[in-house]
Amino acid sequence: MMISNGIEDEEKWLAEGIAGIQHNAFYLHRAVDSNNLREALKYSAQLLSELRTSKLSPHKYYELYMRAFDELRRLEMFFKDEDRHGCSIVDLYELVQHAGNVLPRLYLLCTVGSVYIKSKEAPAKDVLKDLVEMCRAVQNPIRGLFLRSYLAQVSRDKLPDIGSEYEGEGDTVMDAVEFVLQNFTEMNKLWVRMQHQGPVREKEKLEKERSELRDLVGKNLHVLSQIEGVDLEIYRDAVLPRVLEQIVNCKDELAQYYLMDCIIQVFPDEYHLQTLETLLGACPQLQPTVDLKTVLSQLMERLSNYAASSPELLPEFLQVEAFSKLSNAIGKVIEAQVDMPIVGAITLYVSLLSFTLRVHPDRLDYVDQVLGACVKILSGKAKLEDSKATKQVVALLSAPLDKYDDIVTALTLSNYPRVMDHLDAGTNKIMAMVIIRSIMKNKTFVSTSDKVEVLFELIKGLIKDLEGISTDDLDEEDFNEEQNSVACLMHILYNDDPEEMLKIICTVWKHIMAGGPKRLPFTVPPLVFSALKLVRRLQGQDGDVAGEEVPATPRKIFQLLNQIIESLSVVPAPELALRLYLQCAEGANDCDLEPVAYDFFTQAFVLYEEEIADSKAQVTAIHLIIGTLQRMNVFGVENRDTLTHKATGYSAKLLKKPDQCRAVYACSHLFWVDDQDGIKDGERVLLCLKRSLRIANAAQQMANVTRGSSGPVTLFVEILNKYLYYFEKGNPQITASVIQGLIDLIKTEMQSDSATGGPASDAFFTSTLRYIQFQKQKGGAMGEKYEPIKL
Amino acid sequence: MVLVLALGDLHIPHRAPDLPAKFKSMLVPGKIQHVICTGNLCTKEVHDYLKTVCPDLHITRGEYDEETRYPETKTLTIGQFKLGVCHGHQVIPWGDLDSLAMLQRQLDVDILVTGHTHQFTAYKHEAGVVINPGSATGAFSSITYDVNPSFVLMDIDGLRVVVYVYELIDGEVKVDKIDFKKTTTATA
Repeated sequence: MMISNGIEDEEKWLAEGIAGIQHNAFYLHRAVDSNNLREALKYSAQLLSELRTSKLSPHKYYELYMRAFDELRRLEMFFKDEDRHGCSIVDLYELVQHAGNVLPRLYLLCTVGSVYIKSKEAPAKDVLKDLVEMCRAVQNPIRGLFLRSYLAQVSRDKLPDIGSEYEGEGDTVMDAVEFVLQNFTEMNKLWVRMQHQGPVREKEKLEKERSELRDLVGKNLHVLSQIEGVDLEIYRDAVLPRVLEQIVNCKDELAQYYLMDCIIQVFPDEYHLQTLETLLGACPQLQPTVDLKTVLSQLMERLSNYAASSPELLPEFLQVEAFSKLSNAIGKVIEAQVDMPIVGAITLYVSLLSFTLRVHPDRLDYVDQVLGACVKILSGKAKLEDSKATKQVVALLSAPLDKYDDIVTALTLSNYPRVMDHLDAGTNKIMAMVIIRSIMKNKTFVSTSDKVEVLFELIKGLIKDLEGISTDDLDEEDFNEEQNSVACLMHILYNDDPEEMLKIICTVWKHIMAGGPKRLPFTVPPLVFSALKLVRRLQGQDGDVAGEEVPATPRKIFQLLNQIIESLSVVPAPELALRLYLQCAEGANDCDLEPVAYDFFTQAFVLYEEEIADSKAQVTAIHLIIGTLQRMNVFGVENRDTLTHKATGYSAKLLKKPDQCRAVYACSHLFWVDDQDGIKDGERVLLCLKRSLRIANAAQQMANVTRGSSGPVTLFVEILNKYLYYFEKGNPQITASVIQGLIDLIKTEMQSDSATGGPASDAFFTSTLRYIQFQKQKGGAMGEKYEPIKL
Repeated sequence: MVLVLALGDLHIPHRAPDLPAKFKSMLVPGKIQHVICTGNLCTKEVHDYLKTVCPDLHITRGEYDEETRYPETKTLTIGQFKLGVCHGHQVIPWGDLDSLAMLQRQLDVDILVTGHTHQFTAYKHEAGVVINPGSATGAFSSITYDVNPSFVLMDIDGLRVVVYVYELIDGEVKVDKIDFKKTTTATA
């Protein structure tokens, strides 16, 4: 109720004030038009009396002020024209001081003063000095601020600056500076006094009103920056110390924050760089609640931009020791502001780090120093729980990653892991992911085992269970994403030198082996393939170079691989392990290491026998074994026989007959390898094919009994195709008549009542016959071969 | 003109971290009508990525795939062509053309797309064409040494298919093409 009344009343008073001004303005204009100085003074004084009100808020007072201001402009033009009013400027200056009330008197005096300076009948400095002192008579904050603002406005273009027409004799720039500084000081005092004017409960309202007036005060600093004669020396010796003195002494939070920011914005960066110590020295002396992190961030941002504008500035930064000054200042501020929350302190260091990375990117020692300072702040406190502070720490740690192309540079900062240790487990993992993402993006290899060691220490939250978190608590999708990231990371760990590469692999293994059953299925395969790639690189080499010990040999690596794949037994992941053993077997084959290859096959078979029970999984597994074995050329007769015997045995023991049939005819390829010294045992091939034929037959009969129909003849057609394969390869055991027999058999089966056929098997048979026809028509040796076969 | 992307054996993240950047920038969504994948992605992320390239995605199971429910073989008809897909670890000897021809006859398709060897091949034989798009990431293979990342784009137009193979060699993408024509239209 009271508030709305207040606003309504204010509107009413403002309207009254404006009416008053307009009323007197009417008579003022008449007086001016008739060159009546006495009348003009009388009505202008009355007009200005409206500004004596205490009832308006700053916002409304401003509106009133602007009306008065417009009138005073016209009045000034009248004053200037001595011919019209007949009064000398000196006399006029005297005359206006007879105005009754002090406020109108002073507005008039400033107006006349403006004309006085322009007339050059007195030195500018004298008039200005007189005016700025006289304004002391108005101590009410709002009225005083506007009055002095008026003074600043009218004097702006009349300062005795270098090169200005008002430049007098002697130390004129200092006179200009003195004038502005004094006006500024007085205005600030008035501004601060406003805070204590109202009741305490209206503090917020007061602050808002004060905020509206801040530019009046700040304007003075702007004017100072525009004075041509104010060079670095004058700024450093006269301007800055006085301004800072006022800022510190006023002990007002609002003023201090605004004015510090103002200084930084308004004066050139070059000056800031050269007066850094002085400027920063004021900071710890300010009120503890001043938001220095914003002020200092601004300063550092500007200085960073300044440095970026030209590389020739860098020596200057080094010479003034900008970094250490800023670093010390921040330390002092944190010390002084005891109630500053952690997030504030960290934010300050984030800004400092940003500055350092932009201005001194090559100074890793500086970067490490900033991180070290943060470690100090974080030490002695429990793990961070404040999410804002955590965010800032993540920002702090991410900055070097974004900056340096070679991620490893960031990894060498000794304080980096120490900062990470202070994050809670969840955030630690997030940070680890950020690091991995950075590395993957930059695509630079991490190329020594030392760096890999540091890296894996940093991401240890992903590699194993840290205290307080068990893998059971984790969201499955998140967990998978993390582990896949770690897996991808492994492909970026690389060195051309085999010794170093082996060291890297060992380092990684050391870290991931403790990962536990949930992690190993993700982390083991990429490591295995890394190792296999290394083996391939070493394949060409023959082992020991005379006189030197060469630790990295395929044999050694296979030993390590055995260990690594073994670890999957805790998961358990037999199917994956089987595949990896077979990959290693092929690798050993290519290195001519028969016992090693044999051992890997043994491991694979053991897994097959003991761990893989699912029938579908068995089918795939046995095919992988057969396919791999078929390609082996390192085995002697005995070993090969043992393994093929095992393979065919297991093939025949698969659960479903069709699967048995297919696996067995696949085994036929174990006895026929097409390259030069490959085995070509026609008899055993035929044995396999006949066996699979028997199985197919049995499958048919069983289907007849159990389902009433014998099912499709697909299996027979498949086997026929295999017969054709070996027929063409020249297996002497497979003759045209054998083929003919099979073709006739299939035809009979397809025509019989119990056959269900099926379009698929029909089409298959048709295309097979078509193929035979095609081969017959080829002519030459192939055509001859096929000639006896009748379709 | 129908564009069919054929790729496979990415082995992410077991053997490679990602597709080559140059390939990724070429595989813009909306330009391709069908995607055929021979298998061994291996993760769901890769599946989802391929879906963004084109929603009509056909995948067969590779022996390292996370998802065990992909089919062993798949057939589909695009225009006048019947296509068959199979990873290829099931066909022994691995990479043997004659054995693959048998699979082609069995599936009764004009174009058979298989993988497993990580080696790009495109053969024409009596029953049709066998295409192996190689490994899209250049993943390590025990069968093939020095694998270059590669994939295939088929442009099917009436009775003609142009097979473009894209290979990343020493950081540059090289393209080659092969033409195939069918003699008869697809039977119902």
